[in-house]
Amino acid sequence: MRKTKQEVRTTLMGLAFASPWLIGFVLFVAYPIVASLYYSFTEFTGLDVTGFVGFGNYVHMISKDELFHKSLYNTLYYLSLAVPLGLVVALVLALLLNLKMREISFYRTCVYIPNIVPAFASSFIWLWMLNPEYGLVNLLLEKIGIWGPGWVSDPRWSKLSIVLMAQWGAGGSAMIFLAALQDVPRSLYEVADLDGASSWTKLRYITLPMISPVILFHVIMALFGAFQVFTPAYIMTSGGPANSTLFYVLYLYRNAFNYGKMGYASAMAWLLFLLALVTTLVVMKTSGRFVYYQGEER
Amino acid sequence: MASRYGSKHRRYLRGQILGRIFLFAMSIVFLLPILWMFTTSIKDSSQVMAYPPIWLPRPPKWENYRIAVNAIPFVLYLRNTVTICFFTIIGTLLSSTLVAYSLAKIPWPGRNVLLLLILSTMMLPFPVTMIPLFVTFGRLGWVNTFKPLIVPSFLGNAFYIFLLRQFFMTIPGELSDAARIDGASELGIFRRVILPLSKPVLAVVALFQFLGSWNDFLGPLIYLQSNDKYTLAIGLQMYRTTNYVEWELLMAASTLVVIPILVLFFFAQRTFIEGIAITGIKG
Repeated sequence: MRKTKQEVRTTLMGLAFASPWLIGFVLFVAYPIVASLYYSFTEFTGLDVTGFVGFGNYVHMISKDELFHKSLYNTLYYLSLAVPLGLVVALVLALLLNLKMREISFYRTCVYIPNIVPAFASSFIWLWMLNPEYGLVNLLLEKIGIWGPGWVSDPRWSKLSIVLMAQWGAGGSAMIFLAALQDVPRSLYEVADLDGASSWTKLRYITLPMISPVILFHVIMALFGAFQVFTPAYIMTSGGPANSTLFYVLYLYRNAFNYGKMGYASAMAWLLFLLALVTTLVVMKTSGRFVYYQGEER
Repeated sequence: MASRYGSKHRRYLRGQILGRIFLFAMSIVFLLPILWMFTTSIKDSSQVMAYPPIWLPRPPKWENYRIAVNAIPFVLYLRNTVTICFFTIIGTLLSSTLVAYSLAKIPWPGRNVLLLLILSTMMLPFPVTMIPLFVTFGRLGWVNTFKPLIVPSFLGNAFYIFLLRQFFMTIPGELSDAARIDGASELGIFRRVILPLSKPVLAVVALFQFLGSWNDFLGPLIYLQSNDKYTLAIGLQMYRTTNYVEWELLMAASTLVVIPILVLFFFAQRTFIEGIAITGIKG
């Protein structure tokens, strides 16, 4: 009897300490999710719900709205380049930064710093770097005899520019990979050395499997971020030229806050949520074969 | 055997030299945009578009910084940004620590379910909650105030809760048990035992929250509408008119925005590294 009373007290105490988040969850997560689902079935200006349209918003989006198709295409284009490239760049950087050198921390600092530059500031910096006529990138390309493209002012290059610019922040992921690399037991490499394994073999059969959980985590977070790419397009190109950088969230933002179509924007948000969720689940399901978890060591 | 060792050593040396060259080139590539931002910021407008490019303008036009700060209400925007940073740090530290303590140190039955729920909210894209939140804050009359940006931080942040929980788990239970035997309450244990032992992770959370608020773009973009409420993130766009950009001023202002972060990084490098290490555990 006493024990149950004690248990009740502990539970109440646990809930009391957790209460800030519980309140926050109800106000800032649970309610908005439900409300946004409801709005997605309505015509909603932000002030008044002017009509219940059922699946109308979704149907319109999928069957009629060409800008929506464009924005989805742009985002998938961005995602399918930025995520694999980002993974490779971060991994290569991490492997290099894991070399034993006296001045290695200097290199680590240099590579990491751009990661903490705010996205809005780096958007401005790269807008200037990529200026077709006076930007440093084209000036340097010209030095080696390449006539640089118009970058963000050219619809064929604008998405690629934003993909490349995103790599400037790869130092953050590289540091997480580096931490994982340093956790790989050295004994594994020593055994492989005794067997005369090449560097490539060690990378392929020891390093990559050992850090694969971190890689999986990185890929999921990168996909999640890429689905929501917004700031560079908002600042650098306003979605242009010719809507070539009109990304999903930018179009959603415009529907909600510029066109007063909050119901439609809510439907877009829900579709994005489902897309992100399905993608994550697919990645998790298919990654099972590639990801290696060490037993219950920790 | 000796020759094999020799070839291995040669390979090691070759790796070191190639690695060095590559890393050095990489470091330059990564720092170049920051350097270019800085040199542009001290150029005369006639030098900004000079060909060939001028690397170090002589004399440097430091005047640009004064002009940039006066061209827009920079000081006001700085104050707005710092205000938001300050209160969100306080809010996060107060709330997320309590929740993390509940998850890590109070053995109540629902805590693992709660942890899963907290972690799963991190997979919710912001646009899903963005519109109802905007509508609700609008009804409360909070749009065009700092409240929508500050108040949520007082109700905990999933990422920081997880970070803190991971750290609290490493604090031996004996310490809190001893305090409990001495008659300390849960709140007392939290304040006098756990928090003093957690200074490094509290620093990590404060630092990340500072960066989060300093760097936030979409939040202020949505909620701050009159131009006396802007943060630096939004205000920086004012150096652009529809068809003209004053690059030297924009770059001067960008430098001013980036410098506090760089200074913070150099002073708190260890905190950054610890933060990365803790984040890495998540894998």
